[in-house]
Amino acid sequence: MFGGLLQFHFMQNAYLAGTLVALLAGAAGYFVVLRGQTFAAHMLSQVGFPGAAAAVLAHVSPVLGLIAFCVAAALGIGWIGRGLEPGHRAESAAVGSILAFSLGLGLLFFRLYAGSAQAMYAFLFGSILGIADRDVLVTLAVAVAALIVLAWVGRPLVFASVDPDVAEARGVPVRLLSVGFLVVMALSVAITVQIVGTLLIFALLVAPGAAALQLTPRPLLGLGLSVALALVFTWLGLALAYFSDFPVGFFITTLAFGAYLAVRGLKAVRAWA
Amino acid sequence: MSAALRFERAAVRLGGRVVWSGVDLEVEQGEFVAVLGPNGAGKSTLLKALLGLVPLSHGAVSVFGHPVGRGNADVGYLPQRRRFDPDLRIRAVDLVRLGLDGARWGLSLPSAAKQRRVAEIIELVGATPYQDRAIGELSGGEQQRVLLAQALVSGARMLMLDEPLDSLDLNNQQAISELIRGICKSQGVTVLLVAHDVNPILPFIDRVVYVAGGHVPCGLPDEVITTDTLTRLYGAPVEVLRASDGRLVVVGQYEPVSHHADGH
Repeated sequence: MFGGLLQFHFMQNAYLAGTLVALLAGAAGYFVVLRGQTFAAHMLSQVGFPGAAAAVLAHVSPVLGLIAFCVAAALGIGWIGRGLEPGHRAESAAVGSILAFSLGLGLLFFRLYAGSAQAMYAFLFGSILGIADRDVLVTLAVAVAALIVLAWVGRPLVFASVDPDVAEARGVPVRLLSVGFLVVMALSVAITVQIVGTLLIFALLVAPGAAALQLTPRPLLGLGLSVALALVFTWLGLALAYFSDFPVGFFITTLAFGAYLAVRGLKAVRAWA
Repeated sequence: MSAALRFERAAVRLGGRVVWSGVDLEVEQGEFVAVLGPNGAGKSTLLKALLGLVPLSHGAVSVFGHPVGRGNADVGYLPQRRRFDPDLRIRAVDLVRLGLDGARWGLSLPSAAKQRRVAEIIELVGATPYQDRAIGELSGGEQQRVLLAQALVSGARMLMLDEPLDSLDLNNQQAISELIRGICKSQGVTVLLVAHDVNPILPFIDRVVYVAGGHVPCGLPDEVITTDTLTRLYGAPVEVLRASDGRLVVVGQYEPVSHHADGH
């Protein structure tokens, strides 16, 4: 039954790009959930939409708009959240304000844009079944670069996430890491969002990490599980979309949500038994 | 033997306010020193100055003969804190391991020597039975033991503990004080322990440092823990009594009415 899955070039590209995005989002997502920054991840995945729309209006490449908006938003919450623990109330208030404003801008740009709605739709929900070879290469470059950065800062980032005061006393540049992590996340989102869409990035940035952290308190195992879950959701979602006629984004988000629900359910049953 | 730490005419100014000034203080290696004083007097600031987290506005401070700075492996720090978030999903043993190499960049290969070191120090504080559980699930006393292990694991010769007994019940306050005393004496570790309630630690400490009214006097417990001295330092009536077993007990209005943090 699965024999025909990779028969077409567009499906091969979808699997390649999907795999790269899943690797990156699964790894970054572990830190997002550990740091309690899922709301910031949500904002970063959404804020690219007005960025891309603005770029289209200004007749420049959407990537430039995406990068400008995502990085500006990351620096914004990094600046407002300086001196606070990640996930703090003041940070989430800042995130919410920026998010609402950015969606408002998105609406304005969308109205001003006289072209077809299809381009805008693609930014929100991706067009993973129409990925060009060039897009695969761009995704590869971004994923490799971001994963190298994450591997390099991983241990101090965990330290700064779980125990910021002690980490700072031990010489970890806690604030710099906090902003740096948001910027890496912003860049990754900015480049990949036009390929797989806002919805997919956000789903893969949160649910796999959340499920993995529920399953194990071991950092390396948790990180591995988060990546593995992101890969499984993506591969299965693509296959289901190919064989049915429903959108990929729906399947991947549903799988991710289902797995998270199952893990929480399992824990609740265990605690009760 | 050189002093473990030394303040010379030190002063700290935060937000235009002089927290304390003219501080001359010397602590010998292996001493267990309690840092006492009313809320907001600058006890935590004293520790932060020793860690290089707060700059002096005047004077000098040194730890083991060197100027202070962040990332000093000789010093283990346990900040004043609330409990860990119950949902924080990382094992106790991982938290201790972060004390060993958590500040280092890049990937590391699995190291048997590091694992042994971590296991050894967890054994020392008696946290072995729950080392594989998530830190957020542990009780307050268990969390303090894990944090002590984290502070000690890099081979620290000095511990700076900011209200480690806060939010513990009486039994745990006793047990943790005793544990700290044991580590201090058996490992030769100098301990600075900030507390707002002196009673649980009084039987274990060598010396008392008082932070009150912008000054930081120090002395032996028997000299400082007197009705006259404490009443003067706190600016409120305090009485020191001797219990039937000879222990000193401090009673008075300064005893914390509530257990909220003093934020320094």
